[in-house]
Amino acid sequence: MPASPSREAVANVDLIWEGIRKALLLLFTADREVLSIGLLSLRVSLTATAISLLIGIPVGTAIALTRFPARRMVISLINAGMGLPPVVVGLFISILLFRSGPLGFLDLLYTPTAIVIAQVVIAAPIVTSLTLAAVQQIPAKFRLQMLALGASRPQVLWLLLRQARMPMLAAVMAGFGGVISEIGASLMVGGNIRGQTRVLTTATVMETGKGNFDIAIALSLLLLAIVFGVNYLLTVIQQRARTP
Amino acid sequence: MSDYILHGRDLQVRYEGRLALAVPEIGIRRGETLAVIGPNGAGKSTLLRILGLLEQPAVGQIMLDSRLVGKGSDLLALRRRFASVFQAPFLIEGTVERNVGLGLRLRRMAPSEVRERTRRWMEQLGIEDLASRQASSLSGGEAQRVSLARAFAIEPDILLLDEPFAALDPLTRENLLRDLQRILHESRVTSVFVTHDRTEAQRLGDRVAVVMDSRVQQVGTPEEVFGRPVSEPVARFVGADNLLAGRVTADREGLLTVNTGSFCVQAFGQIPVGSSVVVCLRPEDLVLGSAPETDSRDSGLNRLPGRVTSLFLTGSQYRAEVDCGHPLVALVAKHSVQALHLAALSEVFVSFKASAAHLIVPQEPEPDVRVALSRRR
Repeated sequence: MPASPSREAVANVDLIWEGIRKALLLLFTADREVLSIGLLSLRVSLTATAISLLIGIPVGTAIALTRFPARRMVISLINAGMGLPPVVVGLFISILLFRSGPLGFLDLLYTPTAIVIAQVVIAAPIVTSLTLAAVQQIPAKFRLQMLALGASRPQVLWLLLRQARMPMLAAVMAGFGGVISEIGASLMVGGNIRGQTRVLTTATVMETGKGNFDIAIALSLLLLAIVFGVNYLLTVIQQRARTP
Repeated sequence: MSDYILHGRDLQVRYEGRLALAVPEIGIRRGETLAVIGPNGAGKSTLLRILGLLEQPAVGQIMLDSRLVGKGSDLLALRRRFASVFQAPFLIEGTVERNVGLGLRLRRMAPSEVRERTRRWMEQLGIEDLASRQASSLSGGEAQRVSLARAFAIEPDILLLDEPFAALDPLTRENLLRDLQRILHESRVTSVFVTHDRTEAQRLGDRVAVVMDSRVQQVGTPEEVFGRPVSEPVARFVGADNLLAGRVTADREGLLTVNTGSFCVQAFGQIPVGSSVVVCLRPEDLVLGSAPETDSRDSGLNRLPGRVTSLFLTGSQYRAEVDCGHPLVALVAKHSVQALHLAALSEVFVSFKASAAHLIVPQEPEPDVRVALSRRR
């Protein structure tokens, strides 16, 4: 007897198709709630990435160019930081920001700022580590050549970072990719409060749990679109240098 | 006031406690090209970095235009009087034109001036057609031309060249060497040219400095350094392949007879009879012949019978090893090899003028420079 799909499986496939149809409808009708969640996600993660760059680029560059005791240990810690589990970050930032915690007086828990802080903790090691690698792969003699052409110290740094533009932009992509898609930290320090700290990932989990597949799929598609869009932009910038 | 534009004194460089360079004195005259030669790892590049103010010596002084470079000096402004070309071109991302103008833009020169100079030096180096090409798409030779144009465009007071042709194939290298020779000659820019290649040093250097074992062993005109090396290691490095230990046995008004054990050599010099010497002969100064002519004892012409032990082609000439009781190496033109029917085991006479034989008096090992310098401080 030929194998035929079970009735249950057919029902599931139907459910998915129905979900996608409704999701596209939600997106094309510019559903207010879905869009505001998307915008908040984008704002929080872009802010976190920007702050991570402000921290990671100088720190990574400094570590790449200087020698100090325990340097290898520091680099190992930063590299390990790239694999920092978001839930662990979420837990520690929550403890810090709890009303009774050391930073409780700031009253930041369950605000977008708290999510930004947690995401910076996640993205900064990624940006630092990749910057370090990017600057280190440029031969020391490149720096010497720039000095020998009359570059001042700041000019040398600028030329180094320009020269490392390709891997540096990869650092930006990795940092942004790491935070836009994480859920553990956002959920723990943000709390998934509707209209305040609900971001794409936390909302997707919640809607899926409630069985609202159409909304969950719409949110997922939006997340994918954002990830693709931002990376596409960065790739355009990155590759422009290479085309003759 | 010295005629040196750049002058180093009592220089010492240490890496992790190890002495990498010790130079009691070195000066570069205005408008000259000083070729610095020596084996790999001898300290040539270190010397160049010290002279170019790219690295600080552990001890010593650098004087630029007779003014001491010290703590109060504006190092950036002084460094900007130099331009350097290294073995690898280290171009930045972007077009050839962007690269050639880099040093000028770093000096915040007006864009119109940058354009004018960039264009002029791209033409000088024959790369004007590559102006809009991406640096990453260039061949090794093209990239090195860009690097040279970039340095010349700065129109520096002193140009530092560190093995700029070492990574190029022979044809590319020859073309670049010819262009560099022309530009150096026309511009009369003061330059220090580091190379391990003796022929490059001979062609480009107004003077040659030999750096070996972290020390400057000899400085002089190419004729002096290549013809009258001061020590055996220098002689070996500059290609005086025949080194024979001997003793001065007679002195007739400056024409000395040196007994090497295997044979006697006549050479000019003022060295007391009885002294130990090393006879130093360049292979290109030895002439091979088939028959002895008249006795030449008084004319100062040396003539030694021998047997060819090996003969092989190196470039456009043959290199013959002749056993005259002591093996001697001679360079022989192709047509001479044919005319003399030279082959291995041929019986020949090796002749050379007394003036071609340079005598080195072996020196006692020098006391450690470190001791001398620390005492002076």
